[in-house]
Amino acid sequence: MNNLYTISLLAALAPVALGAPPSSAKSGPAAVTPHTASAMTKVPAMPRFRFENFTTDNGLPDNHVFSVLVDGDRIWAGTENGLGLYENHAWKTYTTKDGLAHRAVLSLALDKRTGDVWAGTMGGLSRISGGRIDTFTQLNSGLSNDVVYGVSVEGENVWVATAAGGCKLDLHTGEWSLYNERNTPMIEIWVYGVSATPTKVYYAIWGSGVLEYDQKKKTWDKYEDPDGETEMVLFKDQGLIHEITTSLSYVDNILWVATYFGDSRYDGRYWHNFLTKDSGLPSNFTNVVKGVDANRAWFGTDKGLAYYDGVNWAVYRPSLTTGKPEMTVRDAQGNVTPVEVSTAPAHNYVLGIDFQGSDIWVATAKGLSHGIHQP
Amino acid sequence: MSRPGLNSTWASVIAGLGCCVALMPGVCNWAGRTAHAAATPMSGAVLNYASPVEVLFSKDATRLFVLCQQANEVRVLSAADYSVIKSIPVGRVPRGFSLSANGDRIFVANSWDDTLSVIDTGSLEVVATWPVAAEPSNVVEDREGAYLFVANRISNDVAVLDARTGVEEKRLAAGRGASYITPSPDGSRLYVTHVYPNPTPQRTIPESEITVIDTVRAVVADRIPLQGIAHGFHVAFSADGRLGVAAGLYPKNLVPLAHLDHAGAFADTLILFGPDVGKPVEVPLDELERYAVRPFAVAITPDKSRIFVTCEGSEIVTVIDARRLLQWVHAHPGPHVQDLSASANYVVARIGVGHDPRGVALSRDGLRLLVANRLEDTISVIDTRTDRLASTITLAGPRQLTVLRKGERAFYTARYSFQGQIGCANCHIDSTFDGLTWDLEPDGFGRDIVDNRPIEDLKETEPYKWNGGNPNLPTECGPRTEKYFWRAENYDDLTLTDLVTYVRSLPPRPNRWRLPHGELTPAQERGRALFVRSVDKFGKAIPEANRCVYCHSGPKGTSQKSFDVGTKKATDNSGLLDTPQLTNIAITAPYLHDGSAATLEQIWTIFNPEDKHGRTNDLTKDELNDLIEYLRTR
Repeated sequence: MNNLYTISLLAALAPVALGAPPSSAKSGPAAVTPHTASAMTKVPAMPRFRFENFTTDNGLPDNHVFSVLVDGDRIWAGTENGLGLYENHAWKTYTTKDGLAHRAVLSLALDKRTGDVWAGTMGGLSRISGGRIDTFTQLNSGLSNDVVYGVSVEGENVWVATAAGGCKLDLHTGEWSLYNERNTPMIEIWVYGVSATPTKVYYAIWGSGVLEYDQKKKTWDKYEDPDGETEMVLFKDQGLIHEITTSLSYVDNILWVATYFGDSRYDGRYWHNFLTKDSGLPSNFTNVVKGVDANRAWFGTDKGLAYYDGVNWAVYRPSLTTGKPEMTVRDAQGNVTPVEVSTAPAHNYVLGIDFQGSDIWVATAKGLSHGIHQP
Repeated sequence: MSRPGLNSTWASVIAGLGCCVALMPGVCNWAGRTAHAAATPMSGAVLNYASPVEVLFSKDATRLFVLCQQANEVRVLSAADYSVIKSIPVGRVPRGFSLSANGDRIFVANSWDDTLSVIDTGSLEVVATWPVAAEPSNVVEDREGAYLFVANRISNDVAVLDARTGVEEKRLAAGRGASYITPSPDGSRLYVTHVYPNPTPQRTIPESEITVIDTVRAVVADRIPLQGIAHGFHVAFSADGRLGVAAGLYPKNLVPLAHLDHAGAFADTLILFGPDVGKPVEVPLDELERYAVRPFAVAITPDKSRIFVTCEGSEIVTVIDARRLLQWVHAHPGPHVQDLSASANYVVARIGVGHDPRGVALSRDGLRLLVANRLEDTISVIDTRTDRLASTITLAGPRQLTVLRKGERAFYTARYSFQGQIGCANCHIDSTFDGLTWDLEPDGFGRDIVDNRPIEDLKETEPYKWNGGNPNLPTECGPRTEKYFWRAENYDDLTLTDLVTYVRSLPPRPNRWRLPHGELTPAQERGRALFVRSVDKFGKAIPEANRCVYCHSGPKGTSQKSFDVGTKKATDNSGLLDTPQLTNIAITAPYLHDGSAATLEQIWTIFNPEDKHGRTNDLTKDELNDLIEYLRTR
């Protein structure tokens, strides 16, 4: 295995903000304190956080947090028991009594132009606008299915991932367009995630890879695992890592894809895949991916939160053995260095990620975490 | 709804009124106008009424601008002697206008053209016409002159435009029927009111809202819920910004409409909000035998001593002592919206004005209040020191009254109902619908709860009522209305003829889902095929009576026959229901005879389990969506 290094001083690592260039582009080495014979190896500078964790004790609606959304100073948390809004240091909970489609809020998206928040739930799609909640279901609207795993807003269109295909709501005309096995290359219709931009829209389809819609050409394309549905990886970087996709993020013309069997990066021509055996990914079982830019991305797995800066990896979690806060850094050569930290995300099972400047918010199975960037 | 597609014109409507206009004695032909005019009785030529709906002073207070809805004009008058300076043609059926922040432009919302006209206040010329969303009804520029905010009645939103180019940047979700916009005195907020209620579960208290927009961020900052208020109109603010006043209509549709003699149909209200009152409060304007029917526009004097409210149906301006009103509100915690003894504590005068008074403008010194009398083509000038009518400005136009004009007056006035409490327009807002369900007396109390159907394009859709019980409009508008609604004297024959002629003349508004030349989108085309199909997806013939097109046949989508579509409820006397026309069905929710379907989708996803309302249960979700896309084009 790789050499291990321990960093003794918290200040030893140079800060890297979420919006800063990847560490590989930095010229100055990070200061390290060697603890082993191989201590002369430089440890990459990776972002450091102090995690503040929210649970029901702090007013969070429920500790099972599926999704998190940052809207300026306001934080939305989609939980199993309502939609939480953290504002001015206090939580407010929206429930079905307020008009929310269902108590379990799986996904969230912000319409940056209007400030409206869209919530995908186990019972429909809700729009929270100026305090009013409008709900769309498969019975009262053209929504394809009430189980809404993903939602993404692009211009006047709301793109939705449901348990029965994808769909799009045109906010100007009110027209719903449904995407399923009858009008796209989709084989399965269990759609877990969606990422919409003015040029491309991507659907993560559980068991059917990735579906791409070209907004200009109005054509569909499909990306599948060249190894088929097996868990073997015979052609690692020749395509999507696996058919069972769970999340995707399209940023700077780069597609980041999460699956239950590893993760992928696609630049439109080449695929690069990440597995635990040859990357810093803590687990191949990945619930969520969120790209920062073309080179950097965050991954939420069942074994912790991971950050990839284009070269190096960092993992943030409670230790799998002791439960104590843990951070590790893996460099390009595969050297893994533990970093002494005093806080960690609330739980290893990470379901949602969003950014607030250089801070990060993390939805986990046992609480919501605010990673406050440490300069 | 951004699609252009204005296929209907007033001209075409007027062309279809030959049988109606023949009823009227001869009148003169006032030449010089062509569009949006009323037919003369004998010659078939047109009379072009001004129909002023809004007024405003120029920035320097030297000019008066009058928005003339039927003439499709902005008329410019001298504010000193009210002489006409110019008439400026704008788009069809203009509904609202305002000055730019620096006063150099006037923006006019042309509701049937889906455009804004931009008028240069120096040259008094239209310098630009910009497309906007569906049925723009009011427009306001922000204080910085960066954005235009446009209230769209049909698309239920507020569009945000670049104030210099007119390019739409985004749309903000408003309430249903977004229509009027008022800036706060400091310009930091806009307050948007709505003429239709927001969707609520069937037979629950109606609710509208005031949508509050942050003008700097151009986002919805807040929504003030208006419990019980189904229809909101203009808002005014005191100069210090501490008191906001909105005009609202509070329907009592959850009780049988049988108590007009007990003041049981509507409460005409003001909604007060702002620091002066704390939590928003609704206060009544009505008093026994003295009703303030359909409050529309509000003005508050600069010293905050008086509040003036135009009341369309009562044809008055109600004058309120603001100090006494606030004292009363603070001394009497609500709810008191239905308290007919309340208004005597703060209403100090009722000033008779013209037919259907609408918009108001207060002179800068607060001494003159101008009132646009829509169906009289006059502007009433009220002396605010004496609360008396000082003078009346007569706008240029025909002096003769056509059948249509008289019928429209009969439709909007409340004078025919018991103690002058309501008029046709109470339930048919701006000659449309109200989005509510009612329990009407003719069918028995608690029986046959009915959705209020729209009344545009009614010609050749008889019989009327959901049970098809009224064979024609004279019956519908005459004995039925007189006996069960008005509970007062009958119309005389001529008045009933006028009224029926007017109702029959109401044209369909432009359909916003149709493409410009009537072609269908792929989804609409697929939906049309489903609408007319005779074989289901399994190849089985659909019985004729189970085909959409069988009942909803003809150009208006009605066979004019009754059918049982399986929607009979326990409270219904019969399952046989008249087939409603499909004209502009996309905008007339709720649906089914009792309003039990909140959306078009629910007609089939919930209320058609046995395929009695057309064979639809073989359809996939996307096919049902296609069918609905087609219906929206009707």
